[in-house]
Amino acid sequence: MNPGEIDKVFRDEAGRALATLIRLVGDFDLAEDALQDAFAVAIEHWSAREIPDNPRAWLVNVARNKAIDRVRRQIAFRGKQQALVHELELNAQAPEEPPAMLDDDMLRLIFTCCHPAFAPEVRVALTLRTVGGLSTAQVARAFLVSEEAMAQRLVRAKQKIRLAGIPYEVPERDAMAARLDGVLAVIYLVFTEGYVATSGADLMRPDLLAEAIRLGRLLDRLMPDRAGIKGLLALMLLHDARRAGRETPAGDIVLLEEQDRTLWDRAQIEAGLRLVDDALRVPGPPQAYAVQAAIAALHARAPSFEETDWPQIAGLYEVLLRISPSPVIELNHAAAVSMVDGPGRALDLVDATAARGGLRGYELLPAVRADLLRRLGRKDEAMEAYVAATAATQLEPLRRLYARRIRELG
Amino acid sequence: MQYLLMIYQNEVEYAKNDAATAQKMMAEYQTFTQGIIQSGNFKAGDRLQPTTTATTVRVRDGKMLATDGPFAETREQLGGYYLVEAKDLNAAIEIAARIPSARIGSIEVRPIWVYEK
Repeated sequence: MNPGEIDKVFRDEAGRALATLIRLVGDFDLAEDALQDAFAVAIEHWSAREIPDNPRAWLVNVARNKAIDRVRRQIAFRGKQQALVHELELNAQAPEEPPAMLDDDMLRLIFTCCHPAFAPEVRVALTLRTVGGLSTAQVARAFLVSEEAMAQRLVRAKQKIRLAGIPYEVPERDAMAARLDGVLAVIYLVFTEGYVATSGADLMRPDLLAEAIRLGRLLDRLMPDRAGIKGLLALMLLHDARRAGRETPAGDIVLLEEQDRTLWDRAQIEAGLRLVDDALRVPGPPQAYAVQAAIAALHARAPSFEETDWPQIAGLYEVLLRISPSPVIELNHAAAVSMVDGPGRALDLVDATAARGGLRGYELLPAVRADLLRRLGRKDEAMEAYVAATAATQLEPLRRLYARRIRELG
Repeated sequence: MQYLLMIYQNEVEYAKNDAATAQKMMAEYQTFTQGIIQSGNFKAGDRLQPTTTATTVRVRDGKMLATDGPFAETREQLGGYYLVEAKDLNAAIEIAARIPSARIGSIEVRPIWVYEK
């Protein structure tokens, strides 16, 4: 068994092993430390021979014993009575568990990491670190903060879990809908950062795209027949399927109207389309992610940009404006309207939204305006808007796109 | 008359203190507390966990909003308090959301510091 293969097992099993360990030992930090201990033992044992049949059970078992060792050492050094009680509880736990219990562990971990008592960026960091099994350095890189700052953020979060008494549980029925929305928002945040990065040299971060889809699939398996989950997963699959067409080999952005649609991943689109249908068939009120996925499905099905069903897309954005209104949806709606009623009507909508001030800080506003002005032949205003758009973004490929537009106008 | 004495200090600076300084402060607090118990002035008192453990709860349009961190709105002032027993943070938040002022103001939920015996 080589180190690469062992690494892959760790990566695949870390989240689920940790989820169970936290329940068994009742403490995030102790579970994480013990799992690291178990990884070290595994590297030693597995290098020489085969990986055990059930590596997760093996890891959980070893880590559980390591956790008990750690608690024993604490008792010896500090004589804490509380720790003694803790150890007795640990010993009483039976390590063999039915599979349903283990699935519940994963949900417990997901819902705890996405608890509303954490700031959104903390939820994302905790989820990537513990559920996704990314290293602190990887999570730090994903969000362009120093490893030290990220480590500090994670320490604070785990401290809050312990000190504030955030329960390690799947929410009860009454609270479920709102809490699930919170989990989906975290996964979507990971995805959108991967799809269009906030800043840097690269348009996309494929590792975050893959991680978000992995989390979406996991959640869909753990909680089947939820329209929101299926909708989000479909949305992510359909967007991600266009990845190869979205940039040139040199890393320049290729706009939707310019994309070579034969580069799109057809198999992934088929999977996404099936999920959209499943999502829309689940009884209940329409879910925002499912409607967004239905829009993505219309793009994926269209043979070309011109032959896209723009009236239906504009209509679906109107549905979204009713069920989950936001300035960003208004902007997307306006872009769709520009393809149905022309850029003039769309510009009125964008300016009305901007006048209400809801879009302050949304960096794509000047870019959308610039595109509409360009299509209206209002050159000078378009140039001005592209300059504003350039100033508003920190993403190099977007800056190059706007520079290209300014050249074309000049 | 009864009065609420609210203790404010820079928790980041305070956390930098070495063990000896912290212990000295603790001893002073013990002496002070004993003093006001003996004089009959003491009603209740607790040390709070740092603001990094706080959650702020608001209810707007019938929807409960919980956010990370302490209450930070300078336009609102402390108007009252409840000390409650709850099984976990979810239960505490649920109670906080039922306080009538949660609809117009904010309720900061902060765990009480429990000293290990």
